[in-house]
Amino acid sequence: MAEPALKLAPEEPLLSVNNIEVVYDDVILVLRGVSLEVPKGKVVTLLGPNGAGKSTTLKAISGLLATEDGEVTRGSITFEGEEIANKNPEDIVRRGIFQVMEGRRIVEDMTCLENLRLGAFTRRDGGAAIRNDIDMVYNYFPRLKERTGMAGYLSGGEQQMLAIGRALMARPKMILLDEPSMGLSPLLVKEVFGIIEQLCHDLGITILLVEQNARMALKVADFGYIMESGKIMLDGAKEDLINNEDVKEFYLGGDKERKSFKNLKSYKRRKRWL
Amino acid sequence: MSGNLLTQLLLNGLIVGTLYGVVAMCFVLIYKSTQVVNFAQGEFLLIGAWTCWWLVVEAGLPFWFSFPLTFVFMMVFGIALQMVVLRPLIGEPIISVIMVTIGMSLFFQSITKWIFGADVQPFPEIFPVKAVDVFGLQVQPAYLMSLVVSVLVMIGFAWFFKYSRMGLAMRATAFNQQVAQSLGISVKNVFAMAWAISAMVSALAGVVVGMVNGVSGALSFFGIKVFPAVIVGGLDSIIGAIVGGLIIGLLENFAEYVDGQWLHLGNLYTVAPFYVLIIILMIKPYGLFGTHKIERV
Ligand SMILES: Nc1ncnc2c1ncn2[C@@H]1O[C@H](COP(=O)(O)OP(=O)(O)O)[C@@H](O)[C@H]1O
Ligand SMILES: [Mg+2]
Repeated sequence: MAEPALKLAPEEPLLSVNNIEVVYDDVILVLRGVSLEVPKGKVVTLLGPNGAGKSTTLKAISGLLATEDGEVTRGSITFEGEEIANKNPEDIVRRGIFQVMEGRRIVEDMTCLENLRLGAFTRRDGGAAIRNDIDMVYNYFPRLKERTGMAGYLSGGEQQMLAIGRALMARPKMILLDEPSMGLSPLLVKEVFGIIEQLCHDLGITILLVEQNARMALKVADFGYIMESGKIMLDGAKEDLINNEDVKEFYLGGDKERKSFKNLKSYKRRKRWL
Repeated sequence: MSGNLLTQLLLNGLIVGTLYGVVAMCFVLIYKSTQVVNFAQGEFLLIGAWTCWWLVVEAGLPFWFSFPLTFVFMMVFGIALQMVVLRPLIGEPIISVIMVTIGMSLFFQSITKWIFGADVQPFPEIFPVKAVDVFGLQVQPAYLMSLVVSVLVMIGFAWFFKYSRMGLAMRATAFNQQVAQSLGISVKNVFAMAWAISAMVSALAGVVVGMVNGVSGALSFFGIKVFPAVIVGGLDSIIGAIVGGLIIGLLENFAEYVDGQWLHLGNLYTVAPFYVLIIILMIKPYGLFGTHKIERV
């Protein structure tokens, strides 16, 4: 079957989230009008403190929200020009969006190889192509090949690599990565981010990267959004964010104590023309 | 002589034990992938055996045709049961689901009795009845066939869960449903499939036992024997189910030997497995193969 004609105008983003509102358990309002865009082939990062609603945003896109009794109650999410809000996760994986959840979530009582084969669950292109891709993943993450035991015994860094490798096995157009640096040593964080950058470059996969480690994330990203309390507070191209005084102070600064944007007069001024 | 009797009984134990193991695997399959404790497992044997019996005896179809047809029927039956009865119960408390499966068990027992009567109905002879000689032991061909079928089913399960795409999906679902969904697996389909496979394989065991002992309501006792087997093995372990089934089968027959030689209490063998069950649970509360969470240090 030939690829369908390009559904997307060249300037239209691959994914666009338009003013969505997300509610858990019918009552807990968590996202209050979030909008963001991810252009094809780019790395976009979504930054913000714990509890801001970053993971919720990713789950809204991947449809996993429904597994936690959450729902997109307003706004729209379009992928390749088609509405995907509140569709079921299987459907969304088949459309080419794959979420690597927070905490890696590999299947602990399976081997690396079995985890990788699971990643290819939705594929229909046969054993040879899948074996080929397993080799490709092992090329990116050679140390996974040596691990033959249960994946639950892998180190945190190896589990993260396996989680990313498993995502690649689905041959997705877009990967949603939720806090890949969590719990990893600085050295490993560097390694994992290096690979993320490489993936985007080699395979043309579009990435939406959620991070608390803003410094690392802005290094690999082309564009960034900063989120707090269920709202996007600031957005901009990588250089703009890195050079922004507030971002510098509160997200990149060396001081341990991170204050909120909300208490900031200069931020409120800026908000008007956001 | 009594040594020979002992080996004979142990061989019987091995044969019936592998059958218990097969049914226990079916039970564990449902428990692991859908978290339902299926008290109607024994009735799957019953329904499968009666279906096959009816096709052969009443409808007059040849066995080689009735047997696969029984499979198809049980597959549809398992899926329908999951969709109609169990799917609406997802998210309900475990105790409600248990009550429903106990209800199903009673319902299927009564309805088969109502349709087919309470008498034992023999299967027409498919295998020769004359016992064959295996290493000096007298074994009925039907028993041999049972052993072969059980072992084949076990190999089939092992292959399915290790190598097939759906088998891996079922294991992922058993590990964590949200993780499975994030991989594009439809948990609904996995649930239906677990019930379908469980019903089909149990029916296979039902037909095998029916060919040896005749078909009757007694088949659902297999469902009760499965409990000590799976609890000994650990509720969530397929390997444990097989080992547990073997242990229970061997114990029953060993107890029968001990009783016949020395105790003369009569019928001790039917309860002996339950005593062993209690002892094992005192030593290993998760069963011999039950999983503990993987802890990394
Ligand atoms: N399943 C859920 N049910 C109810 N509330 C939730 C659920 N998941 C997250 N929340 C709430 O939504 C808010 C945002 O959470 P989350 O999206 O996980 O934030 P982040 O990923 O930015 O740390 C938090 O206040 C959290 O308590
Ligand atoms: Mg989060």
